[in-house]
Amino acid sequence: MQLTTRSKVVSNKQLSFAERIYLPALLKGMFITLSHLFKKKVTILYPEVKREHAPVYRGQHVLKRDENGAERCTSCGMCAVACPAEAITMESGERKKGEEHLYREEKYAAKYEINMLRCIFCGLCEEACPKEAIFLTDRIVPTEFEREDFIYGKDKLVELVDKRVDVSKRQTPEVLAFKKLEGMRHNVLYTKKLTTKSESKS
Amino acid sequence: MKVTIDGKEIDVPKGTTILQAARMIGAEVAPPAMCYYSKLKSSGGYCRTCIVKVTKGSTANPTPMPKPVASCRTEVMDGMVVENFTSPEIVEARKGIVEFLLINHPLDCPVCDQAGECKLQDLGYEHGLAESRYEFERREFDMIDIGDKVKLHMNRCILCYRCVKVADQLTDGRVHGVINRGDASEISTYIEQVIDNEFSGNVIDVCPVGALTDKTFRFKQRVWFTKPVDAHRNCPTCSGKVRLWIKGEDVLRVTARKDQWDEVEEFICNACRYDHKKKSDWEIEGPSPVNRHSVISQNQYAHLNQQKLEQLKHQSALGFMKIDKKP
Repeated sequence: MQLTTRSKVVSNKQLSFAERIYLPALLKGMFITLSHLFKKKVTILYPEVKREHAPVYRGQHVLKRDENGAERCTSCGMCAVACPAEAITMESGERKKGEEHLYREEKYAAKYEINMLRCIFCGLCEEACPKEAIFLTDRIVPTEFEREDFIYGKDKLVELVDKRVDVSKRQTPEVLAFKKLEGMRHNVLYTKKLTTKSESKS
Repeated sequence: MKVTIDGKEIDVPKGTTILQAARMIGAEVAPPAMCYYSKLKSSGGYCRTCIVKVTKGSTANPTPMPKPVASCRTEVMDGMVVENFTSPEIVEARKGIVEFLLINHPLDCPVCDQAGECKLQDLGYEHGLAESRYEFERREFDMIDIGDKVKLHMNRCILCYRCVKVADQLTDGRVHGVINRGDASEISTYIEQVIDNEFSGNVIDVCPVGALTDKTFRFKQRVWFTKPVDAHRNCPTCSGKVRLWIKGEDVLRVTARKDQWDEVEEFICNACRYDHKKKSDWEIEGPSPVNRHSVISQNQYAHLNQQKLEQLKHQSALGFMKIDKKP
């Protein structure tokens, strides 16, 4: 019974002399190997050389600060609830008097952790964030020896005041058009009000 | 008395309001209510969220009412015909009401502890309103501590007067009310006097927005990361039937049990609410019912499994072969 159309008939044909000494086949293989030495390499020497990413590449997260250097995150939990891998956990704290330059609003994330082993870099946290605090960047999460080291706390996630992380490439024309929607106006008003307040104080 | 709401007829006793009759029919016709609270006397009539259209006054006088009426304050008449969700005019008018309620609301949901169980949030979401056409400065107040357990964010208040009714009717000696008028009105205590009464904590539960919040739960956790379970204890002052909001082994918050209209079933005392925050203090009955569409049902796997089980039972009733039955 024929089970498949791809079966091959095995023949017991005698090998020719050239085939029997194996040398031509061997040389042919060597030639292919040799020819690859002169071709363009497909690998690069990471991390000395870095491949160029797409402008909207989704790599390691950053927690942004606002223009005055205060943390934008208010620990609202939208990123954690949007996260399909449940990689984000946080604990909130209440801003005390005199910490206005550190945190933008009265509530802030006292602890904010992303488990980079769980994270699938889908970018839903960035989409869910109502405060434009979390962004994915074109940085690659480095390798570690211990599992614990992949749990990134605020020390690794929050950008430094003097060393800001550029996320302007992610602001595609579509994103900017969305932010200009009439419905998003209250956010603009809110930031305006905050800045005018801090100006009048200083 | 026979009354028809959205094409559904029901027989109700005399003196029932349209809202109560609609709630008797079911959630599909019941208008939303921000200020009306069936457990509190003389509540309702402030927010106008529950407006309905009366297309036929009664069998005796079939003329329609000239404008939308507040269903929480209008009693039914025999043969009355009411339109709620079926009337596009009412849906549009209610959208306007929501916009009015949001005029002074700071929209600080990311910070607010009520987010996730806030009726104003639900209402805004249902009507697709995340924005406001209001161009002027919102009214602003400072935060006030009412006692050491309750925090008042006057900015978020929609002036529903529910807490005032609670303070009036549940506690003796009125110390809590609304001062000033119009745009300047403000919930306040008598010269910032502390409310010290065994039932004063209930103002937190009746508040439909995040104006009155529990200070012992302040910024502890978002509500949708905590798991609600029903529990009880032997309490000398109240019924002791409460809802615990648990994360891991910790009881983060204790509230009264709420029914499907988001109203408290039985008011609980402050001792239950603030002083018993250990699992060992309570006898846990089981997970509380959570609306499937609520964000609180997020990640509640046990709850979903229960639903799946129900679904499987239903399927087997439809003639599917039983799982343990071997062919």
